[in-house]
Amino acid sequence: MAARVLVYIDHFQGQAGLSSWEAVGAARSLAQSWGGEVTALVVGSSSSALAVEAIQHGADRAIVADDASLEEYRAEPYASTVAKIAKESAASVLVFPTTGRTRELAGMVAVDLETGITPDVIALEAGGGTVVATRPIYAGKLLTKETCPGRLHILTLRARAFPMPEITAGRTGPVEKAAPDLGMPATEVLGYKASDGGVSLTDAGVIVSGGRGVSNNPKLNPPADITDEKQKEIWRAQQGFALVRELAAVLGAAVGASRAAVDAGYVPYANQVGQTGKVVSPDLYIACGISGAIQHLAGMRTSKTIVAVNKDAEAPIFRVARFGVVGDLFDVVPALTKAFKARLGK
Amino acid sequence: MNIVVCVKQTPDTAATVTVQDGKVSWGDAPLVLNPWDEFAVEQALRTKEAHGGKVTALSLGPEGAKEALKQALAMGCDEAILISDPGFAAADSLVVSAALAAGVRKLGEIDIAFFGRQAVDSDTGVVGAQVARRLGWPSLSLVAAVRAIDPAARSIEVERLLEEGRQEVRSTLPATVSVTKELNEPRYPSFMGIRKASKAEIQVWSASDLGMAAIPAAALTWPEVMSLPKVETQCEIIQGDSPDQIAEKLVGRLLEEKVL
Repeated sequence: MAARVLVYIDHFQGQAGLSSWEAVGAARSLAQSWGGEVTALVVGSSSSALAVEAIQHGADRAIVADDASLEEYRAEPYASTVAKIAKESAASVLVFPTTGRTRELAGMVAVDLETGITPDVIALEAGGGTVVATRPIYAGKLLTKETCPGRLHILTLRARAFPMPEITAGRTGPVEKAAPDLGMPATEVLGYKASDGGVSLTDAGVIVSGGRGVSNNPKLNPPADITDEKQKEIWRAQQGFALVRELAAVLGAAVGASRAAVDAGYVPYANQVGQTGKVVSPDLYIACGISGAIQHLAGMRTSKTIVAVNKDAEAPIFRVARFGVVGDLFDVVPALTKAFKARLGK
Repeated sequence: MNIVVCVKQTPDTAATVTVQDGKVSWGDAPLVLNPWDEFAVEQALRTKEAHGGKVTALSLGPEGAKEALKQALAMGCDEAILISDPGFAAADSLVVSAALAAGVRKLGEIDIAFFGRQAVDSDTGVVGAQVARRLGWPSLSLVAAVRAIDPAARSIEVERLLEEGRQEVRSTLPATVSVTKELNEPRYPSFMGIRKASKAEIQVWSASDLGMAAIPAAALTWPEVMSLPKVETQCEIIQGDSPDQIAEKLVGRLLEEKVL
């Protein structure tokens, strides 16, 4: 079987996320065990720079499908273009990083090619020409292995599950142009509402998260013009989250939250970590005032090191934590911010 | 508007799920309407309330999945149909999307098909987009807000939750819309709704009812399902006389262990 590996470079307006380079690295490992080649695939409006970057991260060659109308990601023409190139390439594996764009994109390409898709892969083994992909199911309570015998196997790799490859500045390879398949335009991107501009949760090396506990500071008195009890609670929580944000800022970390904090209206859903939010695996996860419900643990238990700060010594979060502080987060978190500042020289 | 909402029956999220003799088991935990699908049902009902029409809940699963459809009916869906056939037992997303697309086609002129963003058991999160692809419709996934629907102009405007922010997209109809939470608060079934649902006749369609002469073979195989490897975490509780002292100790330990 031809052991060609195609890797799709996901990007936002010409900027690739780190998970795209992790995917190139994983594709490289697969190709190496088969003695095959890695071809990076970039769809966009002027993607040559990304093609060069992909080769520097370990691809042997790149295919670029550019068109002015592809500047903004739209599922339909991107899927048609990727499917067309994959068909022509005779690849045996097509690898994507897992992002909000690529899950639907990879699924649609799978339909076009009548083949199988394994999303959110955390481990890969190269068999004889086929891949055995491992992914979590039941919100990370179990793992399943999947193969796709005799057909092109489409994979999306979970961010931070595969190592970031080294960059080789002088590495070059052929960059080939391919014609996109634009089809009929059905959707139009009207614009973007920026998120709060913080570090992206799924790419973050460090995450500081707050839970329900951040609203429990009795020493804080809401301003007199807030009379509604619920609004008072939200005001208190926002002061608590300010402490979480300060610690995150010192560490260059993303800010996360438990479902309880999101459902209570303290922070937007985009910050939610857990079964019904984002699944993350940073090097360091600091949980502040989070008890550790099973649904939250599902979203962060693969973090390399977990630190828990909680008043309740019996909280389940301590069962997955490497380090714990039993204490009041309103005292401990500012002290941590100060200590990190001093030790990291900021 | 003629609206479809595709739903799945899954084990409750609080269930303890284990592997026994190579098979997944959730003990005696209850089976429920997939929690993400509750947001899809709610959005379908709100769309009907705003623009008129009919909401049909469509599911694929064994006979028992009728219970999840009854939940959708109790919330207010007008009709429910179960696609059920022993041939779908080993379906992957490729086969599931083919069956659901055939089901949507059989329902006639549909304007929107709603989905939850993923099922909490198989966790693939691709079926909505795959059904769209099979129907030749645009796919709108990770939808966090439906801003406007114009049935006359046959268009819809939504906000999609991407890593970089909210992408604002306008699309033609028909389309599939797969929803995340945040766009609504799913309603509880009313007493009248529950009574109505308990008496409702749920039609069952087999593969041949859908015009699928042969059920296509799944592309994927599953050589092994595993429990999580046991990780022994010994939590080191950091103690001290003051928050500052605790913080300094903890930061020291993290740097010693090269966590940062």
